[in-house]
Amino acid sequence: MAQLQVELVAVEEKIWTGEAEMVVARTTEGELGVLPGHAPLLGQLAEPGQVRIKLADGEQLTYEVNGGFLSVTSSGVTVLAETASPVTESASH
Amino acid sequence: MKKITKAMELVATSRLAKAQGRVAASLPYAQAITGVLTALASNAAIDHPLLTARPKVRRAGVVVVTSDRGLAGGYTSNAIKAAESLVARLKDDGKEPVLYVIGRKGVGFYRFRQRKVEASWTGFSEQPTFADAKQVGETLIKAFVSGADDLEGGDPGIDGVLGVDELHIVYTEFKSLMSQTPVARILGPMEVEDRPRSEAQGLLPAYEFEPEADALLDALLPKYINTRIYAALLESAASESAARRRAMKSATDNAEEMIENYTREMNSARQAGITQEISEIVGGANALAASGSEV
Repeated sequence: MAQLQVELVAVEEKIWTGEAEMVVARTTEGELGVLPGHAPLLGQLAEPGQVRIKLADGEQLTYEVNGGFLSVTSSGVTVLAETASPVTESASH
Repeated sequence: MKKITKAMELVATSRLAKAQGRVAASLPYAQAITGVLTALASNAAIDHPLLTARPKVRRAGVVVVTSDRGLAGGYTSNAIKAAESLVARLKDDGKEPVLYVIGRKGVGFYRFRQRKVEASWTGFSEQPTFADAKQVGETLIKAFVSGADDLEGGDPGIDGVLGVDELHIVYTEFKSLMSQTPVARILGPMEVEDRPRSEAQGLLPAYEFEPEADALLDALLPKYINTRIYAALLESAASESAARRRAMKSATDNAEEMIENYTREMNSARQAGITQEISEIVGGANALAASGSEV
């Protein structure tokens, strides 16, 4: 299956970049999951919001994101954040 | 003296490297937000207050980025010079300049001349964070938005706040280690470029928006301005460190030269003293010998 090219950038630095199976985020309108081939989308993330990146090997990365935007294009997913910090798996469940 | 300036030179060098690293680190976000805005602007009707030029500009905000500490050569004075020429130009155009100053040195300059400063921020000129830029940005955006309904003759309009109709920022661009130039840029209203899209780029994808495009624009534009301010602060910080490094380098070199000269002078003075003592002793011995032979 095709992979998503994901970029998570905060103002002060690039946080994470790589390939993933799926990105789950919550915009101001509601939660959504982005799979490869998703229609182009521009969304404002809920405040505060969590962004979950599901990797091909089943691992999941979770980030606490403030002041974020989500941009989906044919070339990949970009999450723009004012600040973003990783959340450990045990804390997110 | 030399040790002090040498230490400051080294500190400035390491701060410079750090500042350059942070400029590089902030680039991905700046590029991404520009891309997103471009996509949004070409999809939404553009009538946001931050994007529309006012028919009559009465007051123009000028942000000057200077340093908190001295000993950075001409860094602050160059930035202030650039700001002053911008202020003079605005006055010539019949606009009333409103000053916003960042950095203790700049604040000192304007306070000494008893010029009115609308707002000032200090304490982060060497290591600015995004939170600092946000603070500055919020004040500026508020002033800009509240300037929309200002009336003729200093009447603050319906909201009762005297705002500005234009926003300029003067900061020091980091060109290289040896060259940093102060530049004046316009922050608001932003100019939307209508660039003809080349065939190779193809059509922009038709985006879905969550929430509506207008609401998104509302949320994104202030962030974009904050990003611009942050970038300006970072560049200024890099320039400041580079300027200080250069100033301290030449101070160290001067100190070295002075130490060398003084060492030489001291040696020759000591030598002269010794020579004199020897000649006195020799003279004395000769005199003794002369008088002894007579007895």
